[in-house]
Amino acid sequence: MEIILSLAIGILTASGLWLLFRPRTFQVILGLSLLSYAVNLFIVSSGRLRTDAPPIVGKSGTPDVSAFADPLPQALVLTAIVISFATTALLLVVLIASRGLTGTDHVDGEEGDP
Amino acid sequence: MTGWISHLIIAPILLPLLVTAIMLTYDDRHRTLKRVLSLSAAAALIGISATLLWMVGGSEAAGIPPGPHVYLLGNWPAPFGIVLVVDRLSAMLLMLTSVIGFMALFYSFARWDKAGPRFYALFLLLMMGVNGAFLTGDIFNLFVFFEVLLAASYGLILHGAGVTRTSVSLHYITINIAASLLFLIGVAMLYAVTGTLNMADLASRITVVPQEDLALLEAGAAILGVAFLVKAGIWPLCFWLPRTYGAAAPPVAALFAIMTKVGIYIILRLNSLLFGADAGGAADFADDGLIYAGLATMAFGTLGILAARQLTRVAGYYVLVSSGTLLAAIGFGGQAIVAALLFYLVSSTLAVAAFYLVIEPVERNAGDEDRLEGVSEPVFEDEYTGALAMTEDEPEDETGVVIPGTIAILGGSLIFCALLLSGLPPLSGFIAKFAIIDALFQAPSIPPTTWVFIGLIILSGLGSMIAMTRAGIDLLWTPAEEAPPRLSVIEVVPIWLILSVCLGLMLGAGPIMRYMEATSASLHDPASYVYAVGTAPLAGRTP
Repeated sequence: MEIILSLAIGILTASGLWLLFRPRTFQVILGLSLLSYAVNLFIVSSGRLRTDAPPIVGKSGTPDVSAFADPLPQALVLTAIVISFATTALLLVVLIASRGLTGTDHVDGEEGDP
Repeated sequence: MTGWISHLIIAPILLPLLVTAIMLTYDDRHRTLKRVLSLSAAAALIGISATLLWMVGGSEAAGIPPGPHVYLLGNWPAPFGIVLVVDRLSAMLLMLTSVIGFMALFYSFARWDKAGPRFYALFLLLMMGVNGAFLTGDIFNLFVFFEVLLAASYGLILHGAGVTRTSVSLHYITINIAASLLFLIGVAMLYAVTGTLNMADLASRITVVPQEDLALLEAGAAILGVAFLVKAGIWPLCFWLPRTYGAAAPPVAALFAIMTKVGIYIILRLNSLLFGADAGGAADFADDGLIYAGLATMAFGTLGILAARQLTRVAGYYVLVSSGTLLAAIGFGGQAIVAALLFYLVSSTLAVAAFYLVIEPVERNAGDEDRLEGVSEPVFEDEYTGALAMTEDEPEDETGVVIPGTIAILGGSLIFCALLLSGLPPLSGFIAKFAIIDALFQAPSIPPTTWVFIGLIILSGLGSMIAMTRAGIDLLWTPAEEAPPRLSVIEVVPIWLILSVCLGLMLGAGPIMRYMEATSASLHDPASYVYAVGTAPLAGRTP
């Protein structure tokens, strides 16, 4: 499972970075989205990978901590997802505004030299 | 510490949030109400910061011990809950934020607040984010406050709309989202190694990190650091800054002057707390990098100041010089230097804020083609047009009471700013630079980098002096055919208030420097911070 997750993070990061450096605004936004997926997976992995382990401790008795997954990274990921979702939405609005004002979807607002 | 006064620690976050929530229920037709609400909130923030400053100094009569005060959110004990910590450094920066926020908000009433919708709400939310970042004692909570202040700044940079602002904000938002992703990666790596996100808890656990995990820890901290350095505007991650700040509306740019200092603050805080002298294997790992990057930033900023043709760009590059000076000084470290750099931080931030406010009236009649339009057509056809349409009904020259002798006043303000920025005696800029150089010479041995640093401090001052003189001759002191710019009282008062605060810094340099020295001493004693957080009593129980 580690190798699959690492590959996923690596491929997402590489594609995201490549798109981030493209000259079209929409590509940049897609690149940022892919990067944020990669980062979210990375945060999950920081709490160690566990399968079949609940993150929430029950009420009865003294729990054996080693039988549970670390809940904190999961909470962090939720926050990170919400925030990156919101900022991406905002960036989309600015993209449309920029497209409307400048008439081009180039990131600099004007076409560069061919 | 008991009673209501302990709840003041969270007030710098809650108050702007509440006032914003109230203001959002009214639309922009109730401008007077919103002005009164937002300005009184900003004034109250100054009062709260002053009380916090008094609190961290300790008071025998009120039974308040000196040192850091901790506020447990939701009454969860640290490190399980999120804590807010106010110590001398945070209290001082809260004060700086409130003062600049108040002045910039006041200045915006001249006409800038009408340039777009929801100005007051975004302005207060930015202040809330900055205050939260200064107060929080938890790294992930810091990320949240960073996003709050960034989201508000995205809105503010677009304030007034227009082609330039839109294309600049596209770059600004992209860079900041990328930096936030780096921030998250850094946080995740720190958590993976240490298992905690509470800064005080991190400080105590970092000493026992096993040798084989040190590389991972340092990599995480370095990635985290890059995220803050982007905000602070370090070379080569700073090319967005002068353009972005130059395109923003003047009061917004003045408030943005504090935003680079948020990055500086975090680096100073984490560097002293996590990577201080007694941090085990990871001690002082970033210092050399900070010195060289800081020196490069200063050199780049000085060249930029000399090359810039517009005053807004000069101000932007000066922000870089100021960041570079601070970062290099953090890299050199040591109690005396940190005390001096804190003085420089306060002085240069106030000076840049005042400078951004002076620039716009000075350049108003220059007829520059690149000048930014104050009010432009809305991009989207929705509720906002109501607010904008209303401004068009108002008389054109509604700048309040117009005062005579504008050239004298503007020239005076510009000279004042020039002296502050270039660090010439007798103003506070000189005292700050002198204190840094003096502290550098106290080191037992003086390596070549110190000489380079001192040289760059002096050269950057010379550079800003040349740029300001040129601008003054171009714009103010040569007789022009067109009428002098109209200047309203609302614009002059905040400029002179900020400049008089700088004058106060100069006159009260002794006691203020002592406060900075105490701040520096507490920064070099991370154990007291860790102890205060670890032993914070739960409310409703005796400790």
